[in-house]
Amino acid sequence: MDKQRRKFLKIAGASALAGIGAPALVKLTAGSAYASTHGAAPAHGAAPATGHAEAAPTGVRLGMVIDMRVIADHPALLDKAISSCTEAHNIPDFAGDRKNEIKWIWKAPFGSVFTEHSTSHLPKMVQDTDFAVLCNHCDDPPCVRACPTKATFKVKANGIVAMDFHRCIGCRFCMAACPYGARSFNWQDPRPYVKKYNPDFPTRMRGVVEKCNFCGERLALGKEPACVEACKGTGAIVFGDLNDPQSEIRQILDREFTIQRKPSLGTKPSVFYIV
Amino acid sequence: MIEKTLKGKPAYWIWLAFLGMFMAVGVACYVRQYLFGLGLTGMSRDVSWGLYISQFTFLVGVAAGGVMLVLPYYIHDYKVFGRITILGEFLAIAAIVMCLLFIMADLGQPLRALNVVLHPTPNSMLFYDMIVLNGYLFLNILCGWVILTAERKQVHPPKWIYFFVYLSIPFAVSIHTVTAMLYCGLPGRHFWLSAIIAPRFLASAFAAGPALIVLISLILKRVANYDAGKEAINKLVTIMIYSALLNLFFIGLEFFVGYYSNIPGHKETLQYLFFGLEHHGHVYNNLVPFMWASIIFMVGSIAMLATPAIRKGNEFLLGLACLILFTGLWIDKGLGFVFGGFVPNPLLEITEYIPTANELGIALGIWATGFFVLTLLYKIAVNVEHEIEH
Ligand code: SF4
Ligand code: SF4
Ligand code: SF4
Repeated sequence: MDKQRRKFLKIAGASALAGIGAPALVKLTAGSAYASTHGAAPAHGAAPATGHAEAAPTGVRLGMVIDMRVIADHPALLDKAISSCTEAHNIPDFAGDRKNEIKWIWKAPFGSVFTEHSTSHLPKMVQDTDFAVLCNHCDDPPCVRACPTKATFKVKANGIVAMDFHRCIGCRFCMAACPYGARSFNWQDPRPYVKKYNPDFPTRMRGVVEKCNFCGERLALGKEPACVEACKGTGAIVFGDLNDPQSEIRQILDREFTIQRKPSLGTKPSVFYIV
Repeated sequence: MIEKTLKGKPAYWIWLAFLGMFMAVGVACYVRQYLFGLGLTGMSRDVSWGLYISQFTFLVGVAAGGVMLVLPYYIHDYKVFGRITILGEFLAIAAIVMCLLFIMADLGQPLRALNVVLHPTPNSMLFYDMIVLNGYLFLNILCGWVILTAERKQVHPPKWIYFFVYLSIPFAVSIHTVTAMLYCGLPGRHFWLSAIIAPRFLASAFAAGPALIVLISLILKRVANYDAGKEAINKLVTIMIYSALLNLFFIGLEFFVGYYSNIPGHKETLQYLFFGLEHHGHVYNNLVPFMWASIIFMVGSIAMLATPAIRKGNEFLLGLACLILFTGLWIDKGLGFVFGGFVPNPLLEITEYIPTANELGIALGIWATGFFVLTLLYKIAVNVEHEIEH
């Protein structure tokens, strides 16, 4: 039991996620039974299965809820989140050079982030607030489908869409495939542009693609993602297991109305926004 | 037969040296790119594929175009294509060589290219593209060589080779279909997400490939005393006209769907390519003159080719029409299709793409390499034919 629990901590970083460890553990050990009861539910339930509905949950699926109401009130939070990600991951700074820029999490206006949503008569808060944009760790990721080397892959244990920088051939097929513009390519050696070097995370070589990794390396150490930690205590960004009904993130999702980016594409993003 | 490439008139050597010069420039530019990274190109985070991949896409079509000779000759026993079919097969080889070089030039980590083989990933269309492209290259080398050797010995080619000849026909279709699938299966890239891309690619390929073959045949007739035959050329021109018309028809259908449905995603790229796209008060229209030139070239050359006096009478005008058609199709698929697909980006922002000089140097070098290979292959083919005649 203890061994299994530790294993879960490593894959999902559950210890940091406000005491959801125990129920998640139950779920992990009784995985198939749990999945089958849930799998049957939609068939009898009132909610008709639409094209955008998601399949019955199995295993751990990490996700994120970004509460834009909080960020609108404290715009500095987003800056803090971005710079903590930059520092944690040795992201180079090309000083606004659009050609070379490497972005894991960044700011964009509502209309750019939610291109499928109407932008007429937006409330002032939505018009004036910069939204956080990052990889959605899609449940059905087109980037993984396109990658010819499995350098981009979905981690089975937690649903993270991860990358192997040493396998990537730099064909950039995944960049064409990602409908969210979440991927960046190292057009040149990024190392001279890394402002503050963090020895705990590898720097990249030129010629490979990179993107937000949901802080897989920090989760493995039982830490929260850097951007989540930067907003600690504010509720601006909540991270956790979307498949665990007891998790904090699920309780928020059950309570609040959230939207995902481009749901019509069937990619099933794991990043949700409260606007 | 390879020794035939080592003997030739001065013009032959001058031509090879001319190509060799561009190849050398290409190598020098590539060394620079290799040492610095793809940052030496005009590509960016938003337009992440540029000239290399667009040339690759176009040249796959040129390679597939050879099937318009192979199919009538071998399946329908259309004897008129007897002398011209080998030109199609050898053009396919040179075109695929260029395709593979363009792919290599585009890779950020070229030394890892074999990862595609070491970690085969059947859900990636690039995996299948690799298989069919290399397969088609192999088939054309095999068939071209065996049949030419038999011709040289004035015997019938061995029976088994026909299996591979027939096999090369579905392969020709598949290389361009799979290349279309690189694009048309990507969610969120509305311009590419169209079921008509594969047929449109094929139509444009069946015009571009034969256009180049006719042009080359006319040149070979003058410089190498190799006559592919009036009737063969005439037939090819007919094929070109219909294929080019189909391509235009398909483009028209894209316009209808975009503008009649009025769905922004279906319209924006066409708007960008042909009229310029407005964004935050700035109109982005880099490619507009090219796209209209492409349409004018295609329509104009079809009209020229359809004029009996040009088609049957005037070889210079016929060659010119082929060149114009080829250029029009090249702009359409070899520039606009790939560059346009990235505008606007997934966040509806616009970044325009302009290739750099270094990038152009590499691209020219690869084209020169292709024509170098083509020249050597055609030298062999032509010499063998001359040998038989004597
Ligand atoms: S957002 Fe893009 S990069 Fe991230 S998983 Fe989805 S498709 Fe892949
Ligand atoms: S650039 Fe790298 S990660 Fe992206 S598709 Fe190519 S090999 Fe895969
Ligand atoms: S989850 Fe980690 S990698 Fe992703 S944006 Fe946040 S800090 Fe960066």
